[in-house]
Amino acid sequence: MEPNEKFENSARAISRMMGIIFAMFMVVGGFLVYMMIDPTFSAFRPAPEVAAVVAAPEEDDFDKIENGIHVRTGFVEGEGLMTVVNNCTNCHSAKLVTQNRMDEDSWRATIKWMQETQNLWDLGKNEDIIVKYLATYYAPEKKGRRQNLANIDWYVLEE
Amino acid sequence: MNRRKFVQNSGLTALSALLGAEIVFGNAMPKGYIPLGLQDPDPFKMFDKDPEMIVLNDKPWNIESLAHLLDDRVTPNRAMFIRNNGKIPQSVDPSSWTLTFNGESVRAEKTYSLSELKSRFAQHTYQLTLECGGNGRSEFDPPAKGNQWSVGAVSSAEWTGVRLRDLLDDVGIKSNAVYIGYHAADTHLSGDPNKEPISRGMPIQKAMQDETLVAFQMNGEDIPLAHGHPLRLVAGGWPASVSGKWLNGISVRDRVHDGPKMTGTSYRVPCNPVAPGTKVADEDMCIIESMPVKSLITYPKTGATISLGKSISFRGHAWAGELEVVKMQYSIDFGSTWKDCTLEAPANRLAWQHFSGETSFPKEGYYELWARAIDSQGNAQPMVLPGWNPKGYLNNACHRIAVKVV
Repeated sequence: MEPNEKFENSARAISRMMGIIFAMFMVVGGFLVYMMIDPTFSAFRPAPEVAAVVAAPEEDDFDKIENGIHVRTGFVEGEGLMTVVNNCTNCHSAKLVTQNRMDEDSWRATIKWMQETQNLWDLGKNEDIIVKYLATYYAPEKKGRRQNLANIDWYVLEE
Repeated sequence: MNRRKFVQNSGLTALSALLGAEIVFGNAMPKGYIPLGLQDPDPFKMFDKDPEMIVLNDKPWNIESLAHLLDDRVTPNRAMFIRNNGKIPQSVDPSSWTLTFNGESVRAEKTYSLSELKSRFAQHTYQLTLECGGNGRSEFDPPAKGNQWSVGAVSSAEWTGVRLRDLLDDVGIKSNAVYIGYHAADTHLSGDPNKEPISRGMPIQKAMQDETLVAFQMNGEDIPLAHGHPLRLVAGGWPASVSGKWLNGISVRDRVHDGPKMTGTSYRVPCNPVAPGTKVADEDMCIIESMPVKSLITYPKTGATISLGKSISFRGHAWAGELEVVKMQYSIDFGSTWKDCTLEAPANRLAWQHFSGETSFPKEGYYELWARAIDSQGNAQPMVLPGWNPKGYLNNACHRIAVKVV
């Protein structure tokens, strides 16, 4: 038992020391990062008005939904929304998703393509949630070979 | 703006810039240049674009023009579409910029500084039409994956630079050279430094054309950052993705270049026509080379209302990839009858051509003005979406504007 105990003791000591080093690193690192953001320590002086106005509402309404739309990304509200937001907007904009329309197979193929070529991670159980959401809310619409001209903004042409 | 002050003022966004760490090189930044991570979120100000342009994507930036914004004979930056595959380089220093030639088919690797390129080789200026291969993708059915461009992913600016041919001659290439591939300073969306967002290229025959440039100016000024500052490959008439931005390397290959976006469904279409929605095997896909014949009515803007008895003077541009447009026609009766437009010769090969015409309307009602161009091999623009392909390329269906006579 003795060598075991000795080992455990020294392991505990090493782990304690690592913890202290890590904590010190975080403190110093945090201080340095702060120095880069705010080299004149302006945060310790009375805050300028602008900062107060900008910070508050953004924090509160980060995932606000308005008229069925997730405001921050433009995604439609629905089952799986936050899984999609958390997995599909890290590398590219949500706009790349919301301007597209695909069926389940094509959305799945797109995920596979991103995994093979674009460093997308394994989505595990989330894949089915994401594909279901996309194939439901971003499904193809029949357009035919040529659509009517739409959204025409009529104006009087002065010649 | 004072760098330190700027960082202070930008609050939360400064943190994201710090993660990229590029601000460390702040003193190497061009005067007045604000790194993109820290920039004004208004893309129209940031890129000096017309506020009417359409942002299709903001990560990466893809911004489309509108037909009536493209009325200038030579496209200004203000109306030029932006198509990016990766992130715009965060810091660009022209004084240390280099272009390296390598690959299986160079006699020896060679590197030029930007100033060497400018001083050692003859400079040429051409007006060159660059159209995104996916321009018109939004009309595909079944829909095709990607940025959903309507009609505005085309431009024809004046590019100044040196001929790629002169550089290849100076480097010395082997007789087995068949293709060149470009490399650039943009970075991958995933942040992986070992991944190129895009590295496309062209057959050696296209690389050797008079008009294929390694350009450092657009419309007589330094190329804007979003369009490739300080160095860009420009190959007019081919999908604009061949014209690599932020150019820092060219590989001379003994095989078809195989960089990202050269393979699979990227910038490739079925070698033989397929029914809409068909799954096509990789080996049955062929690389897009010359873009097809196409045109755009740039005046008046769609939605014009006129009184009966008045006529409309209209105008626009037409282009045909490697070829020239030989005839331009218009119709006000949904293609039942066609009349000829006036068509100008191009400023040089691979520049778009200007057309104009005047038409009156027989009675009150809703009309569409259609335009179609015909190239030197007799190909005319189709009235409907041409051959469906998996990624929605090469839609050259005729452009239409709506007119009401009251």
